[in-house]
Amino acid sequence: MPAPIRLRELIRTIRTARTQAEEREMIQKECAAIRSSFREEDNTYRCRNVAKLLYMHMLGYPAHFGQLECLKLIASQKFTDKRIGYLGAMLLLDERQDVHLLMTNCIKNDLNHSTQYVQGLALCTLGCMGSSEMCRDLAGEVEKLLKTSNSYLRKKAALCAVHVIRKVPELMEMFLPATKNLLNEKNHGVLHTSVVLLTEMCERSPDMLAHFRKLVPQLVRILKNLIMSGYSPEHDVSGISDPFLQVRILRLLRILGRNDDDSSEAMNDILAQVATNTETSKNVGNAILYETVLTIMDIKSESGLRVLAINILGRFLLNNDKNIRYVALTSLLKTVQTDHNAVQRHRSTIVDCLKDLDVSIKRRAMELSFALVNGNNVRGMMKELLYFLDSCEPEFKADCASGIFLAAEKYAPSKRWHIDTIMRVLTTAGSYVRDDAVPNLIQLITNSVEMHAYTVQRLYKAILGDYSQQSLVQVASWCIGEYGDLLVSGQCEEEEPIQVTEDEVLDILESVLISNMSASVTRGYALTAIMKLSTRFTCTVNRIKKVVSIYGSSIDVELQQRAVEYNALFKKYDHMRPALLERMPVMEKVTTNGPAEIVQTNGETETAVLETKPPPSGLQPANQANDLLDLLGGSDITPVIPTAPTSKPASAGGELLDLLGDLNLTAFLVGSPVSSPVPQIAQPPFLLDGLTSQPLFNDTAAGIPSITAYNKNGLKIDFTFERSNTNPSVTVITIQASNSTELDMTDFVFQAAVPKTFQLQLLSPSSSVIPAFNSGTITQVIKVLNPQKQQLRMRIKLTYNHKGSAMQDLAEVNNFPPQSWQ
Amino acid sequence: CERGIYLFHNTKLRKLYFLSQSEDTQQQIIRETFHLVSKRDENVCNFLEGGLLIGGSDNKLIYRHYATLYFVFLCGFLRNELGILDLIQVFVETLDKCFENVCELDLIFHVDKVHNILAEMVMGGMVLETNMNEIVTQIDAQNKLEKSEAGLAGAPARAVSAVKNMNLPEIPRNINIGDISIKVPNLPTFK
Repeated sequence: MPAPIRLRELIRTIRTARTQAEEREMIQKECAAIRSSFREEDNTYRCRNVAKLLYMHMLGYPAHFGQLECLKLIASQKFTDKRIGYLGAMLLLDERQDVHLLMTNCIKNDLNHSTQYVQGLALCTLGCMGSSEMCRDLAGEVEKLLKTSNSYLRKKAALCAVHVIRKVPELMEMFLPATKNLLNEKNHGVLHTSVVLLTEMCERSPDMLAHFRKLVPQLVRILKNLIMSGYSPEHDVSGISDPFLQVRILRLLRILGRNDDDSSEAMNDILAQVATNTETSKNVGNAILYETVLTIMDIKSESGLRVLAINILGRFLLNNDKNIRYVALTSLLKTVQTDHNAVQRHRSTIVDCLKDLDVSIKRRAMELSFALVNGNNVRGMMKELLYFLDSCEPEFKADCASGIFLAAEKYAPSKRWHIDTIMRVLTTAGSYVRDDAVPNLIQLITNSVEMHAYTVQRLYKAILGDYSQQSLVQVASWCIGEYGDLLVSGQCEEEEPIQVTEDEVLDILESVLISNMSASVTRGYALTAIMKLSTRFTCTVNRIKKVVSIYGSSIDVELQQRAVEYNALFKKYDHMRPALLERMPVMEKVTTNGPAEIVQTNGETETAVLETKPPPSGLQPANQANDLLDLLGGSDITPVIPTAPTSKPASAGGELLDLLGDLNLTAFLVGSPVSSPVPQIAQPPFLLDGLTSQPLFNDTAAGIPSITAYNKNGLKIDFTFERSNTNPSVTVITIQASNSTELDMTDFVFQAAVPKTFQLQLLSPSSSVIPAFNSGTITQVIKVLNPQKQQLRMRIKLTYNHKGSAMQDLAEVNNFPPQSWQ
Repeated sequence: CERGIYLFHNTKLRKLYFLSQSEDTQQQIIRETFHLVSKRDENVCNFLEGGLLIGGSDNKLIYRHYATLYFVFLCGFLRNELGILDLIQVFVETLDKCFENVCELDLIFHVDKVHNILAEMVMGGMVLETNMNEIVTQIDAQNKLEKSEAGLAGAPARAVSAVKNMNLPEIPRNINIGDISIKVPNLPTFK
């Protein structure tokens, strides 16, 4: 059998292969040769064969038949064999092959070998791919080597110990005594790996962490020496002395100083020193500074140090090196919540990064920009962000649009600005806007009553040219349907009113219906809009009838259903049509989105938020539901239990609109019982478990004094309380509203909101008219769930008509007697 | 910790080191890494967030481009990225020292040596030694050890084959030179 070819020959041969197939052929031939050579148990050439096998493995070809050979090599006496054998073991073997256990004995012997390099090989292999069984068996040997004076072995043993700890965490205790002297080493290699070992131990076990805290002074000293010592050629990298070690120590200090005041204080000086003295012209210096910044941010550092850290990050942002800017943006994103003001100072630089070419940098700059928007800078920031939306890659558009909507909602300085911003987003990125944005936008538009004409005009103009962006078209259709009369009558105050005829409006809506680009949902919107216009337009009703009847035979089932129902509305129920298609009422909320009403402190709204758990369609303002149900004839109405409107901005819009949207479409199911939409307004289960709608308990607590919650302009509201002994976290408040003026108060609506830890439920009032001269009262029941027994506070809103004008008032009730909530 | 270290040439992919992952995952990861990295422009930053295969956004790819080669490190989330860039630089400089003006061919033909050098620097995904001189010293010592062994091991084989080829005639039993008579011992015949 001729001698197997050398590795170099093999490589040369393979490189001459011109195609993949040719290469495969060569490899297969060689594999066959190697296999037969293995069968012959040839000791001399085994290492050569395994080397070739490893090469082929690296190229991607299967090499598992060499695993046993690796073991044989490890068992051999020659260093060369062992070297290749261990390398092969690391590459070819892992925990999943049972074969690897056979190595354990070899490794054990080699760990005690006389040659340090053999010991090193064994440590290396164990540290790379040792399984937990192997680690358990050999941990003792590793620990012994950790205490040796040979620095070459010591550093390898340290990393091996890290691996052992990772595999078998219980063995951590075993290495504890050996760590005592590790930091006293002079050899940087050992120092480095020791710090890694200590880091691993501290990360894994809080006890170890506490134990090692006492090392902080020593670490600080080592770091100081590194910085202060002059040029030391062996560890120098670009003029800085052993930066890797510095970074490692900084990371360990971070872990030790976290949540611990004493350690943090001990580190303050050295961190400031590193931050100020490190050269920043090369990447190395920046790496150290970066680690320092991360450490400062994580420990309990004093504010001066934090500002220093953020300034360093700000400097990074101005650096030409993209990597450094990327790193700075990532860190700033992490700190913007806690050190908001300091980061604000660098806002303009961050905004500049939006224009960078690099995708990763752009993404981070975008996220950071959104985090920095606040009431003061919203106009400027929005301008930049809208420009960014225009020019950014498609993958960003959806996130950017959502972000802009959120920020605009929170900080809009005026309604007109808000609507303009939304329009801009819809027109630039209309096809990327998320689906849930549409209901939110619609709700927003309905809320800004005075802007209706302006809004509908702008939307109309927007889709005139191009109706392919679905979200835009949906919002526009809805608005045109609602406010088409304003559009046609040219009533806009905010800008030059345009002359639009009814036919033109219908043209555009019909084109939307016909267009292939319109999604099914969009078509639905358009059809409904056309239908609504039948009451708002005067001269084109016949045309509308025609359109609606055409779609009665549409293939799209949803369209067909709507068209058929609308048709029926025209034919049999024409008398109901005007009432049904009436203008949508403005959706009320206790907390509005305008900045005037919400005080943002650390991102939490101070005003109360109502959290309820009923199904979304169960939420609705009391009045609207009642009004609509009244319209529908009033027969078969199940008692509606209105809940106070939720003030969660995003969801409220969506849920309200879902319900109203449903009512819009399905309530016109003439012929089916009127109560079909109503059962969705089910009773929220949480407060009423086992309780009837009667508020009175049989086992009430001892009498709780009643209070006068509100007394102004002749309207007086009293609260009386009841609590149950069996369910002490529920307080039932009965309000009584009386009117001492000489005229009745009509359309009285009482709304209430409570802080987040409470839950509130409003039952229906007895009536909506408070007769004059205290001759009668309105009673209404409120149930409050107070599981945390916190002090009861409530904000109430009252609306009513009095003396011909609409009155509205907000008040806070703070004088609840302690017995009502304790 | 480092999860993988790769070396890319423009067209060929090589992996140098891997933390335990199955064979197929490794191959897929290599392919995806290669695609991601080779598409990169020259003046973008050297960090890439992992795609789905590379363990998701928890892992980062940090690479450096030297001539026709890419050195790519796959790291867990917590690593200091700038530090890794330095590590790559030290690695390449060490290779340079060991191979004396290392070029691509050196890395191809001496893969095992590259592995050995890497083993002195990184162990189990953690950095072991960053002092170039130290590493080079260790490598040299180990290479010397290897060489000395190969010498000893090679010699007997060479001697045997040399004698085999000598074509000795029959061995004389008695050598008589003048008055001296030397008796030749019975030697086994060479085959």
